[in-house]
Amino acid sequence: MEIPYTVKPRPDTGLYNAKVGIWLFLASEVMLFGALFSSYILLRVGAPDGFWPDVATGWPHGLLNIPIGTFNTAVLIASSVTVVMAWAALKAGNFAKFKGFMIFTVLCAFSFLGIKSYEYNEKFTHYVVRMKDGTAVTGHFDHEFLHGFLEKANDRREKKNVELREINAKAKAEGKSEKDLLPHLSNRFLTLDKFSEESTESVKMLVDIPSAFRYPVGTKPVAVEATAKDGEHAEPGGHVEKEIKLADVQSLAAFIPSTATFFAIYFTMTALHGLHVLGGALILGYFAFFGKKMWKEEPERLTNRVEVAGLFWHFVDLVWIFLFPVVYLL
Amino acid sequence: MNTSTAHAPAHPTAAAHADAHEHHEPGFWQKYIFSTDHKVIGIQYALTSLLFLFFGFLLMLAMRAQLANPGQPIPLIGHALQSVLGDDMANNGVMQADLYNVFGAMHGTIMVFLAIVPILFGAFGNYVTPLQIGAPDMAFPRLNMASFHLYFLGGIVMLASFFIPGGAAKSGWTSYSPLATINDPVHVINGQTLWLVGMVLLITSSLLGAVNFITTIIQLRAKGMTWMRMPFFVWAQFVTAFLLLLAFPPLEAAGIMQLVDNVLKTSFFLPSGLVVNGQQLAVSGGGSPLLWQHLFWFLAHPEVYVLILPAMGIVSEVIANNTRKPLWGYKSLVYASLSIGFLAFIVWAHHMYLTGMGTRISTFFQTTTMMISIPSVIILTALFISLWGGSIRFNTPMLFALAFLPMFGIGGLTGLPLGFNASDIILHDSYYVIAHFHYVVAPGTIFGIFAGIYFWFPKATGRFMNETLGKIHFVGSLICMNLIFAPMFIQGLHGMSRRMYDGGTTYFGSGVGLDPEILHLNTFITHAAAALGFFQLFFIVNFFVSMVGGKRVTSDNPWQATTLDWQTPTPPPHGNFTTEPIALRGPYEYSVPGAKVDFTPQNQVI
Repeated sequence: MEIPYTVKPRPDTGLYNAKVGIWLFLASEVMLFGALFSSYILLRVGAPDGFWPDVATGWPHGLLNIPIGTFNTAVLIASSVTVVMAWAALKAGNFAKFKGFMIFTVLCAFSFLGIKSYEYNEKFTHYVVRMKDGTAVTGHFDHEFLHGFLEKANDRREKKNVELREINAKAKAEGKSEKDLLPHLSNRFLTLDKFSEESTESVKMLVDIPSAFRYPVGTKPVAVEATAKDGEHAEPGGHVEKEIKLADVQSLAAFIPSTATFFAIYFTMTALHGLHVLGGALILGYFAFFGKKMWKEEPERLTNRVEVAGLFWHFVDLVWIFLFPVVYLL
Repeated sequence: MNTSTAHAPAHPTAAAHADAHEHHEPGFWQKYIFSTDHKVIGIQYALTSLLFLFFGFLLMLAMRAQLANPGQPIPLIGHALQSVLGDDMANNGVMQADLYNVFGAMHGTIMVFLAIVPILFGAFGNYVTPLQIGAPDMAFPRLNMASFHLYFLGGIVMLASFFIPGGAAKSGWTSYSPLATINDPVHVINGQTLWLVGMVLLITSSLLGAVNFITTIIQLRAKGMTWMRMPFFVWAQFVTAFLLLLAFPPLEAAGIMQLVDNVLKTSFFLPSGLVVNGQQLAVSGGGSPLLWQHLFWFLAHPEVYVLILPAMGIVSEVIANNTRKPLWGYKSLVYASLSIGFLAFIVWAHHMYLTGMGTRISTFFQTTTMMISIPSVIILTALFISLWGGSIRFNTPMLFALAFLPMFGIGGLTGLPLGFNASDIILHDSYYVIAHFHYVVAPGTIFGIFAGIYFWFPKATGRFMNETLGKIHFVGSLICMNLIFAPMFIQGLHGMSRRMYDGGTTYFGSGVGLDPEILHLNTFITHAAAALGFFQLFFIVNFFVSMVGGKRVTSDNPWQATTLDWQTPTPPPHGNFTTEPIALRGPYEYSVPGAKVDFTPQNQVI
C-alpha cells in the first residue's frame, strides 16, 4: 500500500498531509515564541526598579536603531508578498516567473540577515563605561585604542590564568577536590571586568548624547552636553568626544547579552528568529534553484511544497511583526 | 510529502512481491538503521529505550545502595565507578554527594525523557498506531526516521555527559535555576550544558514525532475508520501527541535561555544580588528564578499525562481483548482523555505552591488540579467496570494490565493531598512525593508497558513470550514494587526529605528526632529494589530467548482480537496490509450475540 494524500487532499479534511503537518508545526512554533514573549513580559514587569539600563523602570528605551528596524520590517513584508506571488505563478503554470519571485524572496531574506548583522555589530562595538564614582556613560571607542586595550587585557588575564593554574595544580597535589579549584578567567567579550588600578593612561571616548544611563541605583547622569568641544552645539543622537581616565573606570562592557537582561532577551529572540529566517531562505532557495526537475515530473507536488514553505515563511514574518514593536518601540 | 524514499518506485503490494524481487531488498543499513518503515522505527525505539530503562534502573540501584549504607563502598561497581568517574565522584568506591546528585538528576532525566516516553510514544505509538487505523505507514516516514535519530543523538549526549570533567548534570531532572547555572563554575562546558543540548535534541525529536502522529491519525485513517471507531489506544496517542506538540516548546525556549545563561553569562533566571560562596556573582542580574519553574512545569505537568495516557491506552486494549467484551463506556473514555488533554495545560503551578507565588494563584491551580482528577477517575472506573461479567483470560499481558489499575489508583489518590495547597506544604519535597509519582509511573506506567510488550510481541516477532517466565516476572515485580514504594509513604509522612544523599543519617544524628525505624526502612527498600532487579532478569531472558525460541503463533491473530493491527500478516510487511482494510464497525466487537466466534474484527465482512 502507498501512503495516500501526499499530493491530493483527503476528501473529508480537504487537506493534503503536508498541510496538516505544517499547521501543527506552526502551532508548536507559536508555543516556542509564545514562551519567549511571555518571558519577555515577565522579565520586564519583574525588572527591579533602579536597575541599569533604565533606572526608573529597569528597562531601556531607545537603545535600538528604529529606522533600520523599520526598513528591515519592510524588507521582510516584501518577501512575504513575493513568496505568495511565486506560489501563484506556479499555480498558473509559469515556472520562470516563479523562479524570479522566489529569488527575490531569498534576496530579501539575506538582506534582512545582513542588516541584522550590521545592527548586531553596532551593539557589539557600543560600550557602557561605569565609573568608580557611580556614574556611567555610553558611547564608542577609537578602534586602535580598543585593540591595544584588549591586547593588554588579554595579557593581564593570561598572566592571572598562569597564576591560577599554578594555584590549582598545587591545590590538586594537596588532594583538594575539583570543585574547590578556582575558575579561570574567560576571554569572552569584554565585560564587567575590573580595570587596571594603577593605569595612568586616559582614553578618548565618543560619548552618546544623551548618555543618561546610571549605575548603580541612585547615581547621577553625566552632563554630557556641557563637555562639547569648541563651543559646538551637541545635537541629541550625536556624539561628543570625552577624555576618560582609566583609573576612574570601574568596568566596561559592550552591549552584549551578559550586560543587561534587555540585551539578553533581545539577542536571544532575534537570533532565534534569524535562524528561522536562514532556514526558510535555504528551503525557498532550494525550490527556486533545484525545483525544475520536480516541476517537470510532478508539478502539483512542487506547488504544494512551495505553499507549505510559504506558510512557514509567513509565520517567520509574523514573528518579526510582533518582535519589532516589542523590542524596538515599546 | 515525499514517500518514495530509498525504496525507489515502491511496488504496490510490497508483501506479495517482496520475496520475488530480491534486487529490491534493501541492505542492512537501509533496513535496520536508516529505515523509514514505522515498524522498524518502532522496534528501534523499543530496544533503545528499554536499554535506557535498564540503565536508569541501575543508577537508582547504586543510589539505593548508598542510602542503605551511607559511607560504605557501592557493592560490585564501587571501584569501577572510582576508576571511571574519578576520586571526586567515588572516593574508594564510596558515593560522594556530587555523584548522588548526578545519579539522581540523570535517573529522572533518563527515565522520563529517554525511557518511558520513547517506549510509550516512540515504540508502541509507532508500531501500533498506523496498524490500528489501517494506514500503510506514518504520514511522513523520513521525518519519523529523523525523530528516532535525534532521540538517539540526544541519548548519546546525555550518556557522554557522565564522562566529562565535573560530571553530568546534578541539579535534578527539574534543573532549577539558579542552582543549575552556578553549581559548576569551574567548567564552561559542564554537565548542565550537555544536559541542555541533549534536551533540545530530545525535544525536537518529540515535536517532529508529535506532528507526524497527529497528521497520521487525521489523514491516514482507513475507509470507514471514523473517529468513534478508533481504538482507545489511538485516542490516547492522539491526545498525547497534542500534549507533546504544545507543551514541549516552552521548555525548549527555557532550555535555550538557560543555555545562554550558562554559556554567555546572561541573567534570565538569576536575580539581582545573588551571592555564591560569599561572593556576589558577577552577572547583570534582574532575572527571575520563578520564570524557569513556570516554563519547566508548563511542560512537565502535561508530561505526566504523556507518561500515563498511552499506558492507559495499552491497558484498555489488553483488557478489552482478555475480558472478551467491549470496553465499558468507550465514549466516556474518549471524552475523559480529551478533557485531561485540555486540563493538563492549566495545572502546572501546583508543583510550585512552596515558591511564594501567592495564595490566589495557588487557589486557582488547586481548583484546576482537583478538576483534572475527575476525568482520570472516569477512565479508571470505566476500565474497572469493563472487567464486570467478563470471562477473563489471565495471561501475562492481562495480569500486568489488571495490576495497573490498583497501582495507578494508589498513585493517583495519593496525589490529591499534594494537589491541595495546605497539605502540600507539609508533604512537599518529602519521600511521600517520591512514593506518589513512582506509584503512577513505576507499577503504573511500566506495568502498562510490560502488558503491551507481552501483548504485541507475537505480532512483531511471530512468537509468543514464555508464559511461565512472564508470570514469575509479574508476581515478583508486583510484590517488589509495593515493597519499595509503600514504605516511602511512611518515610515521607514522618518528614524525611527526599534530597539527602546519606539517606537521612545527618537528620538522625542531629537530634531532629527522625525515628530510627523510619531510617531503617531505607535498608528494607534497598533490598526490595535489588529483588526487583532480580525479577527483571526473567523478563530480559524471556524477551531475547523468545525472539528465536518462543512458541510460534499459529495464526495472524493469536489473541483473537478485533482491531486492525491483528488483521495483517505476521510480522506485517512494508506497507502493512495486503488488501486495503475497511473498518465496518467499532473497535471492540467481542462476544456479539449471534456471532459464530466471540470476536468480530473491524474489517470482517459478514
